[in-house]
Amino acid sequence: MCHLRLSNVSKRFGTQEVIRDLDLSIEDGAFVVFVGPSGCGKSTLLRLIAGLEDASAGTIEIDDEDVTQLPPARRGLSMVFQSYALYPHMTVRANIAFPLRMAGLDKAAVDRKVTEAARVLNLTDYLSRKPRQLSGGQRQRVAIGRAIVREPKAFLFDEPLSNLDAALRVNMRLEISELHHQLGTTMIYVTHDQIEAMTMADTIVVLNKGVVEQVGSPMELYRRPANLFVAGFIGSPRMNFINGREAAKLGAEVIGVRPEHITLSPDGGTWRGEVGVAEHLGSDTFLHIKVDGVGQITARAPGEVDLRHGETISLTPEPGKMHLFGKTGEVIRTPEGVS
Amino acid sequence: MATLHTQSTARLMMSPSVILLLAWMLIPLSMTLYFSFLRYNLLMPGMEEWTGFFNYQYFVTDPAFTAALVNTLVLVASVLVISVGGGLLMALLLDQPFFGRGIVRLLVIAPFFVMPTVSALVWKNMLMHPVYGLFAWVARGVGLEPVDWLSSAPLLSIILIVSWQWLPFAALILLTALQSLDEEQMEAAEMDGASALRRFVHITLPHLSRAITVVILIETIFLLSVFAEILVTTSGGPGYDSTNLSYLIYTQALLQFDVGGASAGGIIAVILANIVAIFLIRLIGKNLET
Repeated sequence: MCHLRLSNVSKRFGTQEVIRDLDLSIEDGAFVVFVGPSGCGKSTLLRLIAGLEDASAGTIEIDDEDVTQLPPARRGLSMVFQSYALYPHMTVRANIAFPLRMAGLDKAAVDRKVTEAARVLNLTDYLSRKPRQLSGGQRQRVAIGRAIVREPKAFLFDEPLSNLDAALRVNMRLEISELHHQLGTTMIYVTHDQIEAMTMADTIVVLNKGVVEQVGSPMELYRRPANLFVAGFIGSPRMNFINGREAAKLGAEVIGVRPEHITLSPDGGTWRGEVGVAEHLGSDTFLHIKVDGVGQITARAPGEVDLRHGETISLTPEPGKMHLFGKTGEVIRTPEGVS
Repeated sequence: MATLHTQSTARLMMSPSVILLLAWMLIPLSMTLYFSFLRYNLLMPGMEEWTGFFNYQYFVTDPAFTAALVNTLVLVASVLVISVGGGLLMALLLDQPFFGRGIVRLLVIAPFFVMPTVSALVWKNMLMHPVYGLFAWVARGVGLEPVDWLSSAPLLSIILIVSWQWLPFAALILLTALQSLDEEQMEAAEMDGASALRRFVHITLPHLSRAITVVILIETIFLLSVFAEILVTTSGGPGYDSTNLSYLIYTQALLQFDVGGASAGGIIAVILANIVAIFLIRLIGKNLET
């Protein structure tokens, strides 16, 4: 239904270049997540695709049709905003019906589609309420409902979950993923939260300072990060980076080891260190260990581990799970081999 | 006990201002009510006597009364339409980014700070005057006969002057309301396929409804008692063409020295203001809820 292609797209605000010469192709039906730190240009990129910002250079194509100059409404995309952007003076029904009314559909068709969308999103009991009488999650669903009824070629989500509390966020994450499976429509989702990116995406696009750092499936990015930035951004807690003598031994500028790829033992390991803070999550324990000559290392241990502040312990990085990075931060060896 | 004590102290401390305010309102109102039932003319001191509703009958049957009543309502309605309509356009304009916006905003607000007598005199002598006025100069410049605004279109002239004073107020209130409109809502409507006009009708106007209500309510209160602009320009004339209720009451009291008749007129004006207020609050007051 919707194949989206960006070629050489740039966006400047004044003299500041927010998106630089970006090429990206998004397959039909994919769930693509743009992820990156704040200010990396991910929201701007989404707004460029939506048509809310004009590209300074380059072309945007939807289904092989150049839409770079088309206004937002004619691109056939729907967007869910961070603030939901519901119309406060309209009921839920009127909110969901708004795009249909603007498209000039007759009343019976509007009613049918609104009722159907409300059923899918469990909003049937709230149709006559105003947005302010709804909870955050319900507002979110109304915003999604307003996006669904237009039967768009693709959905755009701009950090839709950042205003929700943690528990609700997990719920909505599942609901949106479920919706994607039901509708099979292309979804483009912007977030700064790498957990949302990992759990929801088919394809993750990691952005940094307006440049695509890497594109790939979640596990690909986790297993074979292309550079230091992606390695540090994907995975929680962060990958440990070790430089200096230890790295030089392996012929790299920096070596990276994920906390879950470090084996702990009472003695006899590669490094010895002193346990600092231990974070007990129940299922896991994250230990922050100070290793002389290496630095601060985070390691994952089983939930029941009993280690106290100040104890000494040995660490061994799993030999096959080391990432080696060169001078400019590019990867020179991934765990699976030379890249 | 402590709260009881605090409460009574609070009452005691507040009482001077409450008493003062009550006296300020109640004494004039009850004296006006009392005078309105007396035959009371300043030219015949010592001859006051009770006349019942004669003053009311006299005031209402005066041909000037109907004219003044109509003029009052026309004045209020026209100024409301011009200031809210024009204020809306001006607010939309001032909300756009353009060079020198800060200074333009400041200048637009300026008429509100000019006192009514001064602005009316400026309009009378510098703009509308058939000989020295700017309008006359422009008219002569394009070869037309200058219009003597204040005598040929007195009520329209008053409406223009008063609208000029109130336009900035409406524009200012509506501009601040516009600035609080969520940008994402407009973008959402844009994505939903609404044209600029429909975005204005479906998103901007409903957002502004509360601010518009406030502007209408406040302006109505002040517009019902417009006086200075009439006094310094047309003096209510020619005939009664630009006389409104408050000006009619003034002529009754201070030009004809008929205190009784003027008091009756004052009470009628109070009743009229209340009727208008009830209608307004019924009509648009629901916007102020929630």
